[in-house]
Amino acid sequence: MLTAIIAITALAIVFGLLLGYAAVRFRVESDPVVERVDAMLPQTQCGQCGFAGCRPYAEAIAAGEVEINRCPPGGENLMLALADLLGRDPVPLDPELGEPKPKMVARIDENTCIGCTLCLQACPVDAILGAAKQMHTILESECTGCELCLEPCPVDCIEMVPVEQTVNTWKWPYPIVVESKA
Amino acid sequence: MSRQLWRFHGGLHLPDHKELSSGEPVVEAIVPRQLILPIHQHIGVPAEPVVEPGQRVLKGQVVAKADGYVSAPVHASSSGTVVAIEPRPVPHPSGLSALCVVIETDGEDRWTERQPVADYKELDPSELRNVIRDAGIVGLGGAGFPAFIKLNPGARTAIDTLVLNGSECEPYITCDDRLMRDRPDEIIAGARIMRHALHARECVIGIEDNKPEAVAALREAIARMQATEIEVVVVPTHYPTGGEKQLIKVLTGKEVPSQGLPLDVGVVCHNVGTAAAVHRAVERGEPLISRVVTLTGGVGHPRNMEVRIGTPVEELLAQAGGTLEGVERLLVGGPMMGFDLRHRDAPIVKTANCLLAITGEMAASRGPVRPCIRCGACAEACPVSLLPQQLYWYSRAKDFDKVQDYNLFDCIECGCCAYVCPSNLPLVQYFRFAKTEIWAQEREKQAAELARRRHEFRTERIEREKAERAARLAQKKAMVAKSDSAEDKKKAAIKAAMERAKAKKSATEPKNTENLTEAQQRQIAEADARRAEKKAPVDSEASGGNEE
Repeated sequence: MLTAIIAITALAIVFGLLLGYAAVRFRVESDPVVERVDAMLPQTQCGQCGFAGCRPYAEAIAAGEVEINRCPPGGENLMLALADLLGRDPVPLDPELGEPKPKMVARIDENTCIGCTLCLQACPVDAILGAAKQMHTILESECTGCELCLEPCPVDCIEMVPVEQTVNTWKWPYPIVVESKA
Repeated sequence: MSRQLWRFHGGLHLPDHKELSSGEPVVEAIVPRQLILPIHQHIGVPAEPVVEPGQRVLKGQVVAKADGYVSAPVHASSSGTVVAIEPRPVPHPSGLSALCVVIETDGEDRWTERQPVADYKELDPSELRNVIRDAGIVGLGGAGFPAFIKLNPGARTAIDTLVLNGSECEPYITCDDRLMRDRPDEIIAGARIMRHALHARECVIGIEDNKPEAVAALREAIARMQATEIEVVVVPTHYPTGGEKQLIKVLTGKEVPSQGLPLDVGVVCHNVGTAAAVHRAVERGEPLISRVVTLTGGVGHPRNMEVRIGTPVEELLAQAGGTLEGVERLLVGGPMMGFDLRHRDAPIVKTANCLLAITGEMAASRGPVRPCIRCGACAEACPVSLLPQQLYWYSRAKDFDKVQDYNLFDCIECGCCAYVCPSNLPLVQYFRFAKTEIWAQEREKQAAELARRRHEFRTERIEREKAERAARLAQKKAMVAKSDSAEDKKKAAIKAAMERAKAKKSATEPKNTENLTEAQQRQIAEADARRAEKKAPVDSEASGGNEE
């Protein structure tokens, strides 16, 4: 009887130590949810979600503070992907935050621009080039289409234009098939 | 010596319709009035125009230079004047326009200076590749991958077999067939150069058995040129043997790994047309400015023509008797893999091997589309051993992760699955849709990544600037505090100096006051009186103000 108790206790201690050691030694740093959510967001930094950029929104989502339907540029695909990742229920996009739009880029009317640098300060990705009293221009390849530069412009010389499709960005259309039931 | 041949999975026997144009020798097409040269006729980065509107160019002159490694230059196909560099419709399934160099030809067709290589054997393979690169040669089988890259196996890979693809398995197309029959010497010469560049152990030309004349012509040329290192192998006619990976399997038994390259199994595969172009570039100094194109189907006179790159399709069709009545659309390429040409003023590009006019009669063979019945015929026909049915369901559901799990990107879009589908489903269209959609998502992801990096950088920069400004301010304040005591000393010194000056001023006496004449004395007295008078009212006013 006593030997059995001692043996079991000894085994328990040995395995307990082993497990304890393994837990420390082979600790797996879990993939932070914030990183994964942030990687899925479109990074337009537009603030339509009510946060100052994509990362703060990702942090709020990860903390479970907000709904996952507050990103119009990401659209429904993003919402579904987030629902999938976080195990939350899909919700329709919040209509108050604006409709999903085709991808746009800002364009400066160079005849009207007075070179005030206000848009430079507003651009979240440094996609506007210019200096005080010099004409500004937009680096189209860097522009995320966030529209944050429209508001501060005192002469309304910035407009949003849809991104032009080229041979390289063209996509095959989804086949339109009328299945006959016969 | 007969060579052992292998079989690939699936495939089809198709009615080939090659008799329409295979009897027509290659004839040179008329140089058009206007050449439209798209700067992007290859896989990779578009070339960069190096000419200006109004500039005179000679035949073979570079009009757009390669931009980066995976790129190819574009040459003027005839002499003339550049009239525009602008977007023009190009042969592309989208029907969109792309940047083109437009040349008004002068009819002289005058060559620029050509620099043929006297003996390619004396050239280092890398120099040889440079010659081929500068000649703008891309894969003429249809893909348009810059040929010099495929001639660069890298230091670590030993090339066992150089395969020249003369299978031309797609129905209707006969351009390679005619090239092999009419110009076998060029192909053999090109094959020798390629073999030298690759240090390949052997060179095999694979030709389907429905082209016995081509086989005979090449064998005769090999015997005549004593090119015994090159072997012509007849392979069974079986669509899609002309696919690169399929032909390699048939000839060598080696299977190119999924998402891999033939290089991975020690094989390099080029089209016979590419070999001929390499010969012309190296031994004649002629860049790629023309190619053989089959004009067939519903045209007045089906034929094979050597066409200058940039010739508008409309002008070319006129030389083949125009399109017949009842022609509904034009395909670039064959009936299985070709795409609709939306604009007839689009030019012939380096990758266009065939123009096929489809009549209503030819198109009517397909019945109505019905739901998938999961019969599995597509999987049996697939030459890549994919599961087209699964790919179809996932593409249809836009499940792009799943569709990649089923190796969508190994699909060669040969159309076998759609051909055998009893429900007439447009399977390839679904796969193309899914592929371009996935590429677009990939691009978006990269753009998002770039935006994030830039945003992070900007945030960091703003933080840093703030910190720097704060640091500067603090430094200034510290300086001010430190210099307070010093300031006092300075102030005291200034005060003392001012007092000294004041004392000195009050102590000064007017000079030259001695020994004055009467008149001078009077003048001084008058001046003093005036001064006193001037001062007095001010004083009285001030005192008056005080009294009130």
